Amino acid sequence: MSAVILAADDIQVAQNIGFGIIAAIMVIGALKVVTSKNVVHAALSLVLVLSGAAAQYILLGAEFVAVSQILVYVGAVMVLFLFGVMLTRAKLGKETDLDQPKAWLGVPVALLMLGVLAWVLIDGFQDERLPADATSKAAVEISDSVLGPALVPFLALTFVLVAAVIGGIVLARKD
Amino acid sequence: MSQFLRDYLTVVWFGAIALVLGGLLLGVAALLRPNKPTAQKLIAYESGVDPVGDGWSQSQVRYYIFALLFVIFDIEAVFIFPWATQVERYGAFGLVVMLIFLILLLDGLAYAWKKGVLRWV
Repeated sequence: MSAVILAADDIQVAQNIGFGIIAAIMVIGALKVVTSKNVVHAALSLVLVLSGAAAQYILLGAEFVAVSQILVYVGAVMVLFLFGVMLTRAKLGKETDLDQPKAWLGVPVALLMLGVLAWVLIDGFQDERLPADATSKAAVEISDSVLGPALVPFLALTFVLVAAVIGGIVLARKD
Repeated sequence: MSQFLRDYLTVVWFGAIALVLGGLLLGVAALLRPNKPTAQKLIAYESGVDPVGDGWSQSQVRYYIFALLFVIFDIEAVFIFPWATQVERYGAFGLVVMLIFLILLLDGLAYAWKKGVLRWV
């Protein structure tokens, strides 16, 4: 079955194999995030998942988005996560009572999530396809839209960022 | 496969070779070296000062601010990079927009500075 799909004319074999390998690594990482007994190890598995997402962006020809993913998510957000983990009263290192008896509830939620996301993607893009020869000119398009149609959301985002800084400082200061 | 992805295939090969080489060297070393662990040898700093307490310790909340500021200015960098490649094309308009963006974000930094959370104690 899969060999038939791979051999089809309008499908690119190399991209599909690459996608499969990266997707498998991401799934393994994601499973490690939720099954790891050590919160810090779970956070490090998340690095694997986020890097995998960056690799998928490369595969889609979105070079700038991939670099941003590494810079912001793997770099900064992970540092924030690790600090958040280290700050809480929660015990670091190995924990034995992390299992949640109602964990099976996550399965319908995950399926619902998959359904909604798939529907949004299929509904949003219909039959539109990426060009076969993925080339990277995304940075220009991004800056064009940031300084064009997305100008107001862009400046609104600034306020969110400033609010995050001020909120963090207010919460972290003891006096 | 497009030229763009072909270029990145080189990166993949580099990564694969690094993994194989590193794994090979460490694996061969693990096979060849004698392994006689004692309690003394397994201390974090074998010939140094004895470690005090647990390696997993809680850190101070003030460090969170540094991480948060890092995230904010990382995002700032992500927006500045694509703009910087096209500065001439946007001209004065782009400059003003980016200055507004920078000044608004600098407000957060100024607030952090004024509140003294930037001091590394």
